[in-house]
Amino acid sequence: MIDAFKAVLSRDLRLALRRRGDWVNPLVFFVIVVTLFPLGIGPDTELLRQIAPGIIWVGALLATLLASETLFRSDYDDGSLEQLVLSGQPLSVLVLAKVAAHWLITGMPLLLLSPLMAIVLQLQLQSVPALMASLLLGTLTLSLVAAIGAALTVGLRKGGVLLALLVLPLFIPVLIFGSSSVLAAEGGFPIQAHLSLLGALFLLALALAPMAIAASLRIIYQ
Amino acid sequence: MSETLLEVDDISLFRGQRCLFVGLGFTLSAGQVLQLVGDNGSGKTSLLRALCTLLPVETGSLAWRGKTLPTGRDDYLTELCYSGHADSIKLDLTARENLAFYAALGSRREGSISERISQVIEQVGLTRQADLPCRMLSAGQRRRVTLSRLLIRDAALWLLDEPLTALDVRGRTLVSELIARHVSAGGAVIFTTHQPLELPGVTVEVLDLNDRVSDETWDDYVEAQV
Repeated sequence: MIDAFKAVLSRDLRLALRRRGDWVNPLVFFVIVVTLFPLGIGPDTELLRQIAPGIIWVGALLATLLASETLFRSDYDDGSLEQLVLSGQPLSVLVLAKVAAHWLITGMPLLLLSPLMAIVLQLQLQSVPALMASLLLGTLTLSLVAAIGAALTVGLRKGGVLLALLVLPLFIPVLIFGSSSVLAAEGGFPIQAHLSLLGALFLLALALAPMAIAASLRIIYQ
Repeated sequence: MSETLLEVDDISLFRGQRCLFVGLGFTLSAGQVLQLVGDNGSGKTSLLRALCTLLPVETGSLAWRGKTLPTGRDDYLTELCYSGHADSIKLDLTARENLAFYAALGSRREGSISERISQVIEQVGLTRQADLPCRMLSAGQRRRVTLSRLLIRDAALWLLDEPLTALDVRGRTLVSELIARHVSAGGAVIFTTHQPLELPGVTVEVLDLNDRVSDETWDDYVEAQV
């Protein structure tokens, strides 16, 4: 079981290294969305600083959504996905490996880039740790939740919009606690409570999402 | 009498309203080869997919080594290798990397995996192409990579859907050799093909799905049950 987990993880990471579009595109998307706001709003640094947490968080959320569409697509198209379903290994463990690889490919670069975005949007340096901690927990949760939608829509030709409609409402709690933790840090308030709630959401997603993803993948073949 | 592996009892399969067949049953023992024949759309692929539990059967049951599914489903799946229309290989990985992945995903064979992979690659005639990305291989060579999955997985039951697609004459001989060797080692095979496949020394039983075409719709069927 652990061998199978490692095999799926290393295969997906290797594939991502050979096919750069999968992880570069969402990252570029994130940067562009975030930098569009200062251009649109104008040089009002005070206003930017106030809305920066929301902008970065919405950008991260949309980038995760965009990236998750490809999560099962190529495996579904070339038949590898049905071999995963038929491997006899616990499917929830295999999909957890896929989501983990996917987060390392798309979520992690976004996390590492976020301090730069914070500077672009005039956030104070003291809020950067809060931003990164909340994005770490948040993007992990978002990846797990988005994977459920990706699994349900992988059989559809034009699943992208449906995926967004299915998954975006589920992103709301993460968005609320994520951006409010950065706002709290901006105001100099403690952020433990926000992070605890984000952590709880992550653990909930970690416990339930793999089962939901596995069940969805079994359904799409019927 | 060899061991009974798969028992299929009275299964029916519907795709939407359309009935593919009702009341199909057969048993498959170790060392047996079963060929599914039938026109396009007669349900060969659907039956194979139902046998590997990808499609649910509406009635009846499947039993593997005496255990009725879904009990022991995972045990059944580890003893099964399904090769469908898709090649199930990653075009950005080399043949060797693809096989290493499938070996890690469930090979029941003990011993060094990399040695075994080299052996299998030689057996299917891909030694020179083993370290090229599969994207650069021809359709027939990709099919050979797919076939080598059967040898890596070392499953008791092979379900082969059109294994000869894109293969040349030598490739077809290879498939018949693989099947012959598999059944002589106590394995069982269910396959479909529209091309002639000679299996010297192997008794092939034939299941004709054309005889089973039924006009019943799903609504008729439900009504009859009530």
